[in-house]
Amino acid sequence: MDSQLLRDLKSLLGSEAVLHRPEELMLYEYDGSVEVARPNCVVFPRTTADVLAIVKLANQYQTPLVGRGAGTGLSGGALARKGGILAVFSRMNRILEIDIENQRATVQPGVVNADLSAAVANAGLHFAPDPSSQKACTIGGNVSENSGGPHTLAYGVTTNHVLSLEAVLPTGELIRIGSSALDSPGYDLLGLFVGSEGTLALITEITVKLTRLPEAVKTLLAIFDTLDDTTETVVDITARGITPAACEMLDGWTLRAVEAYVHAGFPLDCAAVLLLEVDGVAEAVQQHAEEVADICRAHHAREVRVARDARERDLLWKGRKNAFGAVGRLSPTYYVQDGVIPRTKLPATLRRINEIGVKYGFQIGNIFHAGDGNLHPLILFDARDEAQFRGVVAAADEIIQFCIEMGGSITGEHGVGMEKDRLMPLLFSEADLDVMRNVRAAFNPQGLLNPDKIFPSKKGCGEIHVRPLPLAGAPSA
Amino acid sequence: MTSSAISPNVTSRLSEIVGAANVASDFAQLATYEIDRKLPAAAVRPGSGEEVAEIVEFAASEKLALVPTGARTKLGIGYAPSRYDLALDTTRLNKVIAYDPGDLTLSVEAGVPLAKLAQVLAEHRQFLPLPVPFVNRTTVGGLIAAGVDSPLRQFYGTARDFLLGMEYVTGEGVAAKSGGRVVKNVTGYDIHKLMIGALGTLGVITRVNFKTFPMPLATRGCIARFATAENALDMRHRIAQSALTPLTMEIVSPGVAELFGSDAATRYERAPMPANVISNNEWALTTGYAGNEQVLDRYAKDLQSMAKESGTTGVTILAEKLPPAWARKREFIPIALASSPATTIVKMSVLPMRMKEALAAAQRAAESNNLRWAAMARGLGIIYFAILPSDHTEEYRQQVANATSEMQQGCAKLAGHATIPWAPAQWKNTLQIWGPARPDAAQMQKIKSVFDPQNILSPDRFASPL
Repeated sequence: MDSQLLRDLKSLLGSEAVLHRPEELMLYEYDGSVEVARPNCVVFPRTTADVLAIVKLANQYQTPLVGRGAGTGLSGGALARKGGILAVFSRMNRILEIDIENQRATVQPGVVNADLSAAVANAGLHFAPDPSSQKACTIGGNVSENSGGPHTLAYGVTTNHVLSLEAVLPTGELIRIGSSALDSPGYDLLGLFVGSEGTLALITEITVKLTRLPEAVKTLLAIFDTLDDTTETVVDITARGITPAACEMLDGWTLRAVEAYVHAGFPLDCAAVLLLEVDGVAEAVQQHAEEVADICRAHHAREVRVARDARERDLLWKGRKNAFGAVGRLSPTYYVQDGVIPRTKLPATLRRINEIGVKYGFQIGNIFHAGDGNLHPLILFDARDEAQFRGVVAAADEIIQFCIEMGGSITGEHGVGMEKDRLMPLLFSEADLDVMRNVRAAFNPQGLLNPDKIFPSKKGCGEIHVRPLPLAGAPSA
Repeated sequence: MTSSAISPNVTSRLSEIVGAANVASDFAQLATYEIDRKLPAAAVRPGSGEEVAEIVEFAASEKLALVPTGARTKLGIGYAPSRYDLALDTTRLNKVIAYDPGDLTLSVEAGVPLAKLAQVLAEHRQFLPLPVPFVNRTTVGGLIAAGVDSPLRQFYGTARDFLLGMEYVTGEGVAAKSGGRVVKNVTGYDIHKLMIGALGTLGVITRVNFKTFPMPLATRGCIARFATAENALDMRHRIAQSALTPLTMEIVSPGVAELFGSDAATRYERAPMPANVISNNEWALTTGYAGNEQVLDRYAKDLQSMAKESGTTGVTILAEKLPPAWARKREFIPIALASSPATTIVKMSVLPMRMKEALAAAQRAAESNNLRWAAMARGLGIIYFAILPSDHTEEYRQQVANATSEMQQGCAKLAGHATIPWAPAQWKNTLQIWGPARPDAAQMQKIKSVFDPQNILSPDRFASPL
């Protein structure tokens, strides 16, 4: 990296806000996915003015620039694929305004998701999008990826809760789009920017809606002896017009891993469980809980447990939200997929995933946002073994291919990033992608901001970018 | 009336694409495509997305200005197109492509009438929560392009919240798509969101995918009457802070009862208005809610006690099936448009707690300019304020220009914004239809340049050509 650029960054931000030694950079070469890419330097802006100045320098030195929140992403969205400057927003972490009466909050992008909900809980409100990483992930990251979570089944994903953004375009313009009052006139730029995976702008301020916490909640754990019974229960709940607040599925293998870690009281000998939640006014919740339990029993649930109090409920959710961590204790690496299928196709898809696991010789744990058909098969493997790496990519591709054949999508909430760009042509024509590329070029004309993400490069179409992890301590490629 | 002239070669080329029977160029037919006293030179009715792409590509090569149309109920929104050579009528794109009730997803062509779709969905006890103005005529593509909202946005949100994907044709004649047909999807940019409310200026919508919803159980209503807007809004705030999540919540001004009782109103809803439900001299807060017997009882009880705490002069619980006349709330805009020869509708958006000041400012602006008015506000902070002059005279024009400008300034002071979606054609260029210049206008222009570099799609509906 240009040493003059480093000096400029240090004089701008102070030397404590610029990292560039290899051992420092190694901490920022990965995220929650299996991708690796090392930036040339890492900077920590504190203000919008800092961000503007960083963008100016990136332009002056023609250096790639990538924004990053907590680095919990699962598609390599916040990795510096082409090197350059990684701008980490963890120091822009102030809640700027909370407006209880109007149910709005304005935050800096580095505010942790769960911190905002905690800050407004006393007023009976919360920020509804709840990714499993919510205790670490930032709202800026949520906005960039249009993150989901278990409760988005009923409450919607991030884009349904964002009202306005302040952002810096890679050309150095400071823009403000949307408004805290609804229905901003003109084109829905907000709808475009939310979920654009950091390829259009660096977000510096976010105004969101706050949602009232429900009066009553019931959390149920339905235990099944076969996977087919489990998935058919989900199909039936949807078909009968019941929208639970959450409908999560964990298969028996994953459950056992989770139980060993969290001790939530999950049964160890079942094929799968459904973690179901209904909420709303007390009079409705009682009835919905009974209806849901009846459907589970009609599909041969061995047992339907209802959490007796908040402590039991929290424990069940702790099991669900820590599942990835639990699996991490068992395997050096796992590869998590994020395919989406129409919900009626759940039984067939789960059967197919198991066949693929057998075919390639991988243990696959299944943990799904079953209610909206969003799958998270966790394929266990050792990333240091090149043969295994190739195998896991092939197995994952086969799963995704099946999702697409079922009428589904390659990612429900994790984003395309640098992991699935090569799969985009399976869903979109060159014309579809060209319109999107032209939109990117309108805001990011030189491609300096988060280069080589979402869209496959036209030359190396179909090229596999994922590659084995280096052994600990080895220099990265 | 002004109309554009094009060479006979154009009609013959269009006939090649869609067949001569689907190209109209005689005056009687073209008159039905009028927008603000402008007629196109030809109207063309493609039967497929491919034909749409061919037509737009041809129009782009000839630099012909093209306006996509559906049921033509909402073409009055915004400025008139500055040029209008072709009407691209999407009503032959009327197929339901796929409906999977078990997955609660739907894919339809843009020209499908919403009413027809409602029948298809009702067979499976499902629906689209889009009771928008002109609901009995509007097409799916038209309501998306117009960006209109509905009373049900209180609970279900707007089309943006359940639109899953779209196929469209750009201003260069490129057929493309975004999104998909599953309920959760973050693959690529959400181009389809840009098309909502774009008034056909970015692309021609050819197909849309929606999430569908189970029909709610028994729906009931509550109407609480109040002496002042302040009282009605006090009840709105109590509901917002309670555990109740009504499906609809509206604040109805004095004067609306008279509009709803008029002959014009029966054009949109034939059933008679029940007597004494809303009063012409009072404000009202109306809520619709659904659920099992216990839930309905809870709502009725809580709403009545909240109404009392807010100083109600009387509460009516509609304890049976909601009367058809309830639907007049949905048609407030069409009824207001039909009630005066020069109806001007101001849409004000403010934070919910600023609605009191916004309504007061609007009322002051109307009354100080001697203008009759009526208003319907959504509980989420959207106010439709109808100004009802009795004629088109220059005096009225001046009064309306003054009043709307005061309302726009008033909203700006409250950190909100106000547009004038509907106004008499001959007044539009003297009104700030889209409000004062916006700081993000340059970004919007970038979008327009990507999708329609030659500015042939509904040109200038967002900006005054003067």
